[in-house]
Amino acid sequence: MGTIWFSLVALMLVGYVVLDGFDLGAGALHLIAARTDGERRLVLEAIGPVWDGNEVWLLAAGGTLFYAFPLVYASSFSGFYLALNIVLWLMVFRAIGIEFRTHLADPLWCAFFDGAFSLASILLIVFFGAALGNVLRGVALGPDHYFFAALWTDFRPGANPGILDWYTILCAVVALAAVGMHGALYLILKTEGELNARLRTLVKRLWPALVGLSGIALAATVLVRPSLLDNYRSAPVAWAIPALVAAGLAGMAYFTRSGGERNAFLSSCLYIGATLAGAAVALYPALLPSSADPANSITIGKAAAGAASLSIGLLWWGIGMAIAIGYTVVVYSMFKGKVRAGSSYH
Amino acid sequence: MNDALFLHRLHFAFTVTYHYIFPQLTMGLAPLIVILKTLGLRTGNPSYHRAARFWTRIFGINFLAGVVTGIPMEFQFGTNWSRFSQLTGGVIAQPVAMEGVFSFFLESAFLGLFLFGEKRLGPKGHWWAAFLVFVGSWLSGFFIVAADGWMQHPVAYQRLADGSFQVTSFWGVLANPWTLIQYVHTMSGAVVTGAFVMAAVGAFYLLANRHAEAGRIFVRVGVIAGIAASLFQIFPSGDMHGKYMAAHQPATTAAMEALFHSTAGAPMVILGQPDMEKKTIDNPIVVNKALSFLIYGTTSAEVKGLDQFPPQDWPTNVPLLYFSYHVMAGLGTLFVAIMAAAALLLWKRALFGARWMLWILMLAFPFPYIANTAGWLTAEVGRQPWLVYGLLRTEQGFSANVSAANTLFTLLGFMGMYALLSIFVMFLLARQIRQGPEDAGRPGRAPATLSGGEA
Repeated sequence: MGTIWFSLVALMLVGYVVLDGFDLGAGALHLIAARTDGERRLVLEAIGPVWDGNEVWLLAAGGTLFYAFPLVYASSFSGFYLALNIVLWLMVFRAIGIEFRTHLADPLWCAFFDGAFSLASILLIVFFGAALGNVLRGVALGPDHYFFAALWTDFRPGANPGILDWYTILCAVVALAAVGMHGALYLILKTEGELNARLRTLVKRLWPALVGLSGIALAATVLVRPSLLDNYRSAPVAWAIPALVAAGLAGMAYFTRSGGERNAFLSSCLYIGATLAGAAVALYPALLPSSADPANSITIGKAAAGAASLSIGLLWWGIGMAIAIGYTVVVYSMFKGKVRAGSSYH
Repeated sequence: MNDALFLHRLHFAFTVTYHYIFPQLTMGLAPLIVILKTLGLRTGNPSYHRAARFWTRIFGINFLAGVVTGIPMEFQFGTNWSRFSQLTGGVIAQPVAMEGVFSFFLESAFLGLFLFGEKRLGPKGHWWAAFLVFVGSWLSGFFIVAADGWMQHPVAYQRLADGSFQVTSFWGVLANPWTLIQYVHTMSGAVVTGAFVMAAVGAFYLLANRHAEAGRIFVRVGVIAGIAASLFQIFPSGDMHGKYMAAHQPATTAAMEALFHSTAGAPMVILGQPDMEKKTIDNPIVVNKALSFLIYGTTSAEVKGLDQFPPQDWPTNVPLLYFSYHVMAGLGTLFVAIMAAAALLLWKRALFGARWMLWILMLAFPFPYIANTAGWLTAEVGRQPWLVYGLLRTEQGFSANVSAANTLFTLLGFMGMYALLSIFVMFLLARQIRQGPEDAGRPGRAPATLSGGEA
């Protein structure tokens, strides 16, 4: 039962990164790729009706984690206290950046909110990337399964690491490249003309960097925590996941060249989904490993809520998420196609 | 008092109090917008549709502020109240997660259609979008009240060997009697806010001699909804809440009334300041035997005073609880008086000419916010010293691994952030109110984003 909930939480987080990833990526590119006021409006229109729904995946995933694994929710949220609060502030900035810009046509007003939106998007990607790095590397869990991570210590992933060290910063850089790419491929799908052409050039330049960074990050992960390969050794079928990551990367390049905008974006979804699935498989059955004493790692068995909670939860979660996926499909199908100035939702 | 514990409490109290400024208006306006749209469909009068569009714009800005201040609340159970989360997650996260899964997805999906889709969906389809946003926001409120209701009155749980709680019945948590009573009381409180705000903007337009037709619609709908919700707030919802609380949290009831000693035929204190040292009320104005009557329906019944409970089980801040409760109840009574007078004038077709009444309506809108806030303070200060009433004390629940200084740092950060947010929100709302409900003169562009800014 714990394994089922581990998979469900992982699935929701994949849903979050794939969906909110493209609007975060669009935000990261907002100032670089979209140059004119008209282009920036198009970027906002391309994500305007969906960004809030995408962010709900994070809230729903957080709520589900809280329900199924109260200990890991409690330990990680309080242990990453500073980083999480900064994330919350950035989310406020980003939301008002998207929403309030469009209320006034004044150039200064727009410039302020463009900056807030883009900077907050970039920093959120950095924090989320570093967060994944922290979970893979492990944190200094005490015997009571709690910890408190400083934002940084000596930048080394040792026994008492900070939230930022060279490894988690590397993860953040990879996240920036991957999510930036994801956002660019989404915007290519939604736009035309000059903006579209500029984004294509950007994708072509970013791609080799993403491939290189993915490889380096993989090697660094194995170096920082060799035991992450244990599950791959005991179940070689899991190597299919890195193969899917590679297929996603290849697909992005191939379909961008051949003009298959939708397939290029789907390849990016595959790349992100498979990377996160690979991380989840590597961690299993740990939810939050300890950087010092492996006995303190939080595992599914230690963190799972009572058996009655887990089985009752399966019912409402299943029904609720089936309906939610229905909404998501309906909204995206009503919003398909290119956005044009002033054309939203027609 | 442990510094860290105090700061964690203040942190949650500040962020949740600020957050609730926004949802009370969105939850209150949502049904009123549905009513305006229904009137528009029934009468064919385009003024109702214009009025609905105006309030949809106000709704959008408020909704966004509610979203961005609401996200931190979901995180703060873990960040600031980790021990509580660890122990109760198996129960309390059911409504918390259900809010995400059942109402946030619904709201976010239909909000887009509601704000952008009027042309595409047609009037009937758009009515449904508005209706579903209303359902989503009220469902959201339900799940949050269910989480709080369980902390106030824990049901359908079982304690495991490690002290943690697990749920024993899916419906038990949702159909908690405390939750149902508190829910209707909270929702009608939100409608009171929505109605007063709508009437205030209408009164402003009439007094300023602008957008007179819209102003009359706003005042009429606001006053009719306002009298209904204000009455419902006192009876039956407030009355039921008071009685249920007296039965299940008698120490809280005694503290709310600052009833230090058990009394047969207990009086109700209208005004006065509790003196915690002498255990008396200073400057009291009381109605004899009224408290016994309100709780038990008879003037002679004995009401338990604080002396019946060990001091460590008293609510930790009796004066704050007493004042919160009295502010809520006093304002609630005043709302009935204001709305009854306005409704009477409306019925006599004299309201739109009665400038004094319009002045009162225009200036009264902050008070429902105060009353709703005071109501929540009554509920949550009254729950002390418990996180889960009778089972888990507040000092057992906070994040002991987060230092007082870090808590202060993020509290200050939220204060700064929310000050900035307030300025933007007030600026944008004032701008919408100044522009008014006329479609003419507005740029013909479609909204680009959820809060209704134009592309």
